[in-house]
Amino acid sequence: MSLDIIPLPRRDRMAILARSNGGRLRDLWSTLGLDPAYKSVRGPESGLVMLRGRVGGTGEAFNVGEATITRASIKLEDGSIGHAMALGRDVEKARLSAVIDALCQDTAMAARIDAALIAPIKSELDAADEERRQETAATRVDFFTMVRGEDQ
Amino acid sequence: MMDQAVTLDGGFADPVFNAQSAFRIIMDAMARPGHVLAIPAYATPPVPLSAIAGTVACTLLDVDTPFWLDQALAANPALQAWLTFHTGARAAATPVEAHFALVGDPTSMPSLERFALGSHNYPDQSTTLILQVGSLDGGVPLTFAGPGIKGRKTIAPQGLPAGFTAQWHDNGKRFPCGVDLILTSADAIACLPRTARLVETES
Amino acid sequence: MYVAVKGGEAAIDNAHRLLADRRRGDRSVPALTLEQIAGQLALGVDRVMSEGSLYDRRLAALAIKQARGDMIEAIFLLRAYRTTLPRFGHSEPIDTGAMLVERRISACYKDLPGGQLLGPTFDYTHRLLDEELDGDPTIEAGDKRTDPQEPVTRIADILGAEGLIEEDETAFGEPGDITQTPVEFPLSRAMRLQSLSRGDEGFLLALGYSTQRGYARSHPFAGEIRIGEVEVEIFMPELGFAVPVGRVQLTECQMVNQFKGSAKAPPQFTRGYGLVFGQSERKVMAMALCDRALRAEELGEDIVAPAQDQEFVLSHCDNVQATGFVEHLKLPHYVDFQSELGLVRTMRAEHDQVANDVAFEAKEAAE
Repeated sequence: MSLDIIPLPRRDRMAILARSNGGRLRDLWSTLGLDPAYKSVRGPESGLVMLRGRVGGTGEAFNVGEATITRASIKLEDGSIGHAMALGRDVEKARLSAVIDALCQDTAMAARIDAALIAPIKSELDAADEERRQETAATRVDFFTMVRGEDQ
Repeated sequence: MMDQAVTLDGGFADPVFNAQSAFRIIMDAMARPGHVLAIPAYATPPVPLSAIAGTVACTLLDVDTPFWLDQALAANPALQAWLTFHTGARAAATPVEAHFALVGDPTSMPSLERFALGSHNYPDQSTTLILQVGSLDGGVPLTFAGPGIKGRKTIAPQGLPAGFTAQWHDNGKRFPCGVDLILTSADAIACLPRTARLVETES
Repeated sequence: MYVAVKGGEAAIDNAHRLLADRRRGDRSVPALTLEQIAGQLALGVDRVMSEGSLYDRRLAALAIKQARGDMIEAIFLLRAYRTTLPRFGHSEPIDTGAMLVERRISACYKDLPGGQLLGPTFDYTHRLLDEELDGDPTIEAGDKRTDPQEPVTRIADILGAEGLIEEDETAFGEPGDITQTPVEFPLSRAMRLQSLSRGDEGFLLALGYSTQRGYARSHPFAGEIRIGEVEVEIFMPELGFAVPVGRVQLTECQMVNQFKGSAKAPPQFTRGYGLVFGQSERKVMAMALCDRALRAEELGEDIVAPAQDQEFVLSHCDNVQATGFVEHLKLPHYVDFQSELGLVRTMRAEHDQVANDVAFEAKEAAE
């Protein structure tokens, strides 16, 4: 795995941060021993996002309903700006995710954070998905045809 | 990264309370046409948008209110990004699609009928114009009457568009349609809702 | 007409206090936690999210607790809550084809790519009350199977290959939003679907049922029902790209309807569509039936039944609106009623007078 050499694309990292459990994220963050100074540019704040689907599954967009969402944007002292947005109302998770996003604009720091924090969260999320998939697969119907007596 | 940092700084420090207190002042100013009310500069937008106009914009704009910038303001592309970042609003392609229009130089702005005027069923679907004027006094005195004005109210803003008097008369004739104005100076605002009628003064 | 009447304040305060007491119930029984409601009454939570039109499991669980299990009251609470939050924007359209499927069945094809995945369904239970659940029995985890993965193809893509099913129309531009703009009929299909997705399950179920019983015959097949989580992405202008912000669980239904053709369309299969928050299979099927019925005009069918009437269906499917108007009858109508009382007294007096006159004349004629 080359994760500790080449940092993840920013979007992929943001996606993992958004899906992470806030408590787990804070625990892993504390192992890094980082405490950068930063100031808020926007938020953290909770609000709504209108979720859109597609008519018939693939047609024009329509509004399904809203979801709660929390976002944060921060600026580090070196001027790097970090953004975060995640479904739900975990304000601390959004703030921390924005700090991480800002720090990861430095390649060396990104490699360190990806290895210590993003990679474990990603493998936990993937494992949970795999478990879900396997549970669903166990409920798959295996059709078989019975031989009928009268055809004999 | 530094460029981006410069453009995104300067939103409300305390979004809920800043917006509430500014909204209260704007509402009072709208309810009492022509009265000049001081308003704190809660926002520091990129130039050439003034701090007061930026405060009004951050208070009123949201994701459902497309905005339009006049030529003077559109000259700095960082301003549009800043407004979108802090309010969620997107830029409208034309004045008539805008719920809010921000005007840095009223003397060369399009005439009022070029903005959304609302319809008879939905007169609220009109553009609210936020104008940066040089000052709210020292210009040509204009006297208004109408709802929210006890007797008459005179205001003398500087830097209004040429032919403003005629345009405002026409705007009034479209009632219940028509635009509403928020005039901003360096430290205060005054509002002219469509119901404020220009009256001839004896002098 | 409403008249301000004073004097109820103390009674209202005490009523609220009594409500809180009754809601808590027997103090020797532990209070419900939101985790218990969200985890063990999950489908109730899903219904509240779907009809409350707000995806947030914890808030929906809180609403159910606060409403003492009254679902429409809980939905009302969630709708009220959403008005207190700013809207940051909208998501990119969700791709249900990329769903992490937890259940997918089709009544049209036995063997279809991805298979029939039953998932956690009530369908094959015997509907016998399980006395064991009156306690805390040990429950085994679900079985697992490590098959090679197979993509779960959409039913529409399978039928579409033969050209016998209508294709989705793609349109550009913003879909309307019934929460932001005044509703004017006829509504676009996009706005109808928004309205149906938050519509009352019972009302839509009854209407869907009516289409099966002959009121707007549509001969439907459950082409596909799928339940699972999908990723939500939001475009962030400050970044210039869309960012995944987490997942939501959705239920989707493709109802396939035989269609004999009309002046407007050739014989083919048409589709009704349903998409709702959470695991809400009955609701999504009812939604798809109603969506298809409401397409009558577009497909050149005669409008002969309630389920085909946009204004009837969409004006009455919102249970918060409906309960508001029905329950407002509890408000004081004292003055209204006094005036009606006066009117009825007058009419009765006139009626009696006429009756007396008739009786008098009849008597005179007889004499």
